[in-house]
Amino acid sequence: MGEPELCARRRFTPLDAAHDDTGPPTATSPYAIVAPRHKGRTVNLMEYQGKELFRSLGIPTTPRGELATSPGEAQTHAANFGVPVMVKAQVLAGGRGKAGGVKYCEDADEARARAEDILGLDISGHTVEKVLIEPASDIAEEYYLSILLDRSSKGYKVIASVEGGVEIEEVNRTRPERVLKEDIDPTVGIDRDRAKGILTQANFPDDVIDAGADLLVALHQGFVTSDATLFEVNPLIKKTDGRVIALDSKVTIDNNALFRHEDLAAQSEEEADSPLEARAKEEGLQYVKLDGDVGVLGNGAGLVMATLDVVNQAGGQPANFLDVGGGADAEKMTESLSLVLSDERVRSVLINIFGGITRGDEVANGILAALDNLGEIPQKLVVRLDGTNAEEGRAILDDADHPSIVTADTMVAGAEKAVELAAQA
Amino acid sequence: MSILIDSDTRVLVQGTGNQGTFHAKRNAGYGTTIVAGVHPKRGGETWEDLDRPIYASATEAVEHQDINTSMILVPAPFARDAIMEAYEAGIELIVCLTEGIPVHDMVDVYNTFYPRAADGSFTKEGRPVLIGPNCPGLISPGKANVGFIPESSTRRGSVGLVSRSGTLTYQLMHELNAAGVGISTCVGIGGDPIIGSDFMDIIPRFAEDPETEAIVFVGEIGGTEEQRVGRWIHENIPDTPVAAYVAGFTAPPGKQMGHAGAIVKEGGDGGETAADKKEALTELGIDVGMNPSETAQLMIERLS
Repeated sequence: MGEPELCARRRFTPLDAAHDDTGPPTATSPYAIVAPRHKGRTVNLMEYQGKELFRSLGIPTTPRGELATSPGEAQTHAANFGVPVMVKAQVLAGGRGKAGGVKYCEDADEARARAEDILGLDISGHTVEKVLIEPASDIAEEYYLSILLDRSSKGYKVIASVEGGVEIEEVNRTRPERVLKEDIDPTVGIDRDRAKGILTQANFPDDVIDAGADLLVALHQGFVTSDATLFEVNPLIKKTDGRVIALDSKVTIDNNALFRHEDLAAQSEEEADSPLEARAKEEGLQYVKLDGDVGVLGNGAGLVMATLDVVNQAGGQPANFLDVGGGADAEKMTESLSLVLSDERVRSVLINIFGGITRGDEVANGILAALDNLGEIPQKLVVRLDGTNAEEGRAILDDADHPSIVTADTMVAGAEKAVELAAQA
Repeated sequence: MSILIDSDTRVLVQGTGNQGTFHAKRNAGYGTTIVAGVHPKRGGETWEDLDRPIYASATEAVEHQDINTSMILVPAPFARDAIMEAYEAGIELIVCLTEGIPVHDMVDVYNTFYPRAADGSFTKEGRPVLIGPNCPGLISPGKANVGFIPESSTRRGSVGLVSRSGTLTYQLMHELNAAGVGISTCVGIGGDPIIGSDFMDIIPRFAEDPETEAIVFVGEIGGTEEQRVGRWIHENIPDTPVAAYVAGFTAPPGKQMGHAGAIVKEGGDGGETAADKKEALTELGIDVGMNPSETAQLMIERLS
């Protein structure tokens, strides 16, 4: 049953510590200062990290492999194994096999050659910097198995299919009857009988049910204790000797829970979608890199999403999503603006702030102080202030008459102005 | 009338640190009745800034005071236990403002609050109402304010407003206010994947509230709750003026846009993008604005 591990997870910190928040209250998102350091995003583990985690959780997978960052290293590892190996690109992207990032090699020389091909390869925008070398498995059959957090059923969902090693989305589209999706009540969990039932219903062969069920029970238990939102095994394989193991791993961990998983938090530092996103993460800013040339920053996730929408409707392309969160003091504005402006594609910036508990005059002063800190910048900043003390804020900006600042009265007017300035720059 | 909070609201504040104190004072200043605070190590003391007692637990607080609402402002790692404490104390309305709570904690909370019936649906009847987490709280203008919502730019009126996003809510309230349109109750339901109350838990309450004559709801990318409530509106209150906005038309799939729940799942069952939601709602006869201003304008026109 799922209950024991749920209970084990529940009491993780003394409640006494709960009330020791520090620092002054900030504005629209006053809780921001008490949020954990890793807030916001999810953490994806690469295959080798996911397999490490699987091993520590008792989920059967391949024996330990070795990482290589050069063809020479790959050759050495393969020679040490002394058996045919797989050379597998370690990137956070799907479709590695299709992109030529996964190769079978008979010997060490071949491993060297394949590693040379794979290292530096671009897979869906991710450059391969390391490869995993592991002894090749004798595959008899391939299946698919995953467990994920399911928003609509407020619990978990297990997905199982006898078609493994291919994209499950594709199987789901073309042969949905081959994909079993089973809701799991989190208060009940998955015991061995339930696991056997699921695999039987998904038409797994009889000789795989027992070992597969053990693996599914461990997968579920590990998923819960790791605070994961996804544990995916594709493919799950039956080896020629009959054993059932995870040949690949895709793991996503809830960032909000990293405070109780220091080991996983350390691994996440390695992962970054882009250098700017990595920097934002370090500074605790909610930043997503996009493809356009209009830099966007605002307060509140919803407002920033809406700002991207109006920039787009005004005929422009946003360069990023950046939620400055609560407060807009000089330090926060300096950090945020400097981040947005380090994207060399940015030709104008739209600052969209709704003053709630933060007042418009405070925001205006924060922007001016940030510009003092940053020195001269080539881009124009279009500032749109609304809400509490917006008029006072606009007056401060008008009085300052800063050469880099253009004010706008509405979100739509601000977006139009920013798009126009980007086109001219 | 209004929904969930009004002049009879009596609030317990769980978390008497800087955050809790700052907002409890603001809310009290608005006329909200703040009854007491909870701090496990300061039971028996007086909460100086509010001149109210502090109890060691929510259960102890309800033994001594008349309380019907709890506002929770403790750091994320402890929020699950604070919510459960309010639940065990039998408090009817629990508003959790904290951001960044682990999603598995919310799975535990939700399944405790709302047990599954045999058909897989959740029992809401007779159970406490949980608003949030990761939300700005709620306000019934002129009556009570529980949470972060700035009160300066709204007035009492007949529009029920419900939103996943804090600042977008303020923006809409502000624009409606500028046109003289007031609010019955504004509820920020929060931007997390698992929240205590979703659109479907709030909008039917507006439909039953005699003071609420029109509804504005603000959704965003991720999940498909907007469609679900759209169908409910279409079937049950087709004559009520309703305007909606969905944020995130330009959000790329697989990227989380600030809110933990604001993500278009790749390879999911569809319906999670802003465009999908707008199309579905429009087909159901609901006015959807392209941006917050246009949405406010749609409502103002419907009411004039």
